[in-house]
Amino acid sequence: MTDAAAAPLPLNDWHIARGARMVPFAGYSMPIQYEGIIAEHKWTRESAGLFDVSHMGQLLITGEDLDSALEAILPADLSLLKDGRLRYSLLLNDSGGIVDDLMVTRRDDHFYMVVNGATKQGDIEVLRARLRDDVGLDHLTSQALLALQGPRAVDALARLAPSVAELTFMTGDAFELNGMAAWISRSGYTGEDGFEISVASEDAVAVADLLLEQPEVKPIGLGARDSLRLEAGLPLYGHDLDEEITPIEADLGFAISKRRKAEGGFPGAARILAEIADGAVRRRVGLAVEGRQPVREGAIVVDGEGNEVGKVTSGGFSPILEAPIAMAFVPAANAEVGSSVTLAQRGKLFQAKVVPMPFVPHQYVRKGAAK
Amino acid sequence: MTVHYTEEHEWIRVEGDTATVGITDFAQGQLGDIVFVELPNSGQQVTKGGEAAVVESVKAASDVYAPVTGEVTEANGALTDDPSLVNTDPEGEGWFFRLRLSDTSELDGLMDADSYKSFCENQ
Repeated sequence: MTDAAAAPLPLNDWHIARGARMVPFAGYSMPIQYEGIIAEHKWTRESAGLFDVSHMGQLLITGEDLDSALEAILPADLSLLKDGRLRYSLLLNDSGGIVDDLMVTRRDDHFYMVVNGATKQGDIEVLRARLRDDVGLDHLTSQALLALQGPRAVDALARLAPSVAELTFMTGDAFELNGMAAWISRSGYTGEDGFEISVASEDAVAVADLLLEQPEVKPIGLGARDSLRLEAGLPLYGHDLDEEITPIEADLGFAISKRRKAEGGFPGAARILAEIADGAVRRRVGLAVEGRQPVREGAIVVDGEGNEVGKVTSGGFSPILEAPIAMAFVPAANAEVGSSVTLAQRGKLFQAKVVPMPFVPHQYVRKGAAK
Repeated sequence: MTVHYTEEHEWIRVEGDTATVGITDFAQGQLGDIVFVELPNSGQQVTKGGEAAVVESVKAASDVYAPVTGEVTEANGALTDDPSLVNTDPEGEGWFFRLRLSDTSELDGLMDADSYKSFCENQ
């Protein structure tokens, strides 16, 4: 890590005081677990978990004619993105590989972007190089980011800011929590209903305390964050996504907006549009693994002759399904739901089946949907 | 009956020429929630310091080494159905396997409970 000496994140001491086990992650010291990954995982699915994701990069993009400036970089159709709405998008290289995955929000006259912690410095360089000189790019290093996730997150947060209950999935707005300014969106990385909350670093401890005082809420570490997102079928950059993998291979075609598919004009468009038309040679799929033993990142997918034909990019034990699950890249011919796949890990073979993702259903609260 | 400990955080309880092996409370605490244990088969020869079992937590797989050389006489089948016994009772119900010692002098280099306790405090 280039920024191994990064300053402690605003909630560093707060985590330690609450019994977290801290580990190095994305150049920071971060909580991997509190009481235990399975208990934290289940608590998040049943009630509400508080995650510190302050390692992530929060960026502001300002200036004139921003839609065209950003559409030259992202494959999103920003003409459809209304004020206060979020979109999942991708930073792409010229060969169509994924530099990072991100959330972009239109906030009045500017855009707010959240990128991955481990890749944020590189992202900033890419953005700076590709954005017009008159476009402003600010890294909000004085903002912390919290996530409150789970079916009771709305009950806990609405006690502090009642109108958050009016947000729907992938929308955000400005709120106050006990007088402290917060940008809150209804979004997250667990598959559950929930919120992401951006606050000034100096307010992070007070906001975290306020949230943890709510009876629904417990603090959750990165370990459960990873097992939750795996069950939700959500890819993790640096594992399931990298600069050699295209959005079509990664099954993220939904991130390429309809108009952009027709018009192109984003980095890597030639390859990506060709893959949309003709199919990619390999695809990210979900796997249900037979038995109880987890098959993890680094295991290989083998054909009948034992040749390596793919790789497992995330894998572990699902606390909800009580069974091993994985994400893998497999040849297109093996990517259909129901296909059998053989995996090899440490000299041992495992049988798996391609299953639909998410492994555990999403519980997003969408606009117009009955509660 | 004597209990010895290794620097790899296994315990070994010796009765005559038979020994029961498991991982320590410290080890299970470090590993976190155990979701799978792969045990050696009865009759299998294990060598001191060689791989004898695999323990998988939610986060990662770890090898368990044989603390002494010998022949496995029994594996703890209860761990197949409920691997979390390793978390809840690591030095009791959560034992891994039993073996017949080939050479009791291999026990000489292992730690006793007090030395192991101070070893963990320095981890």
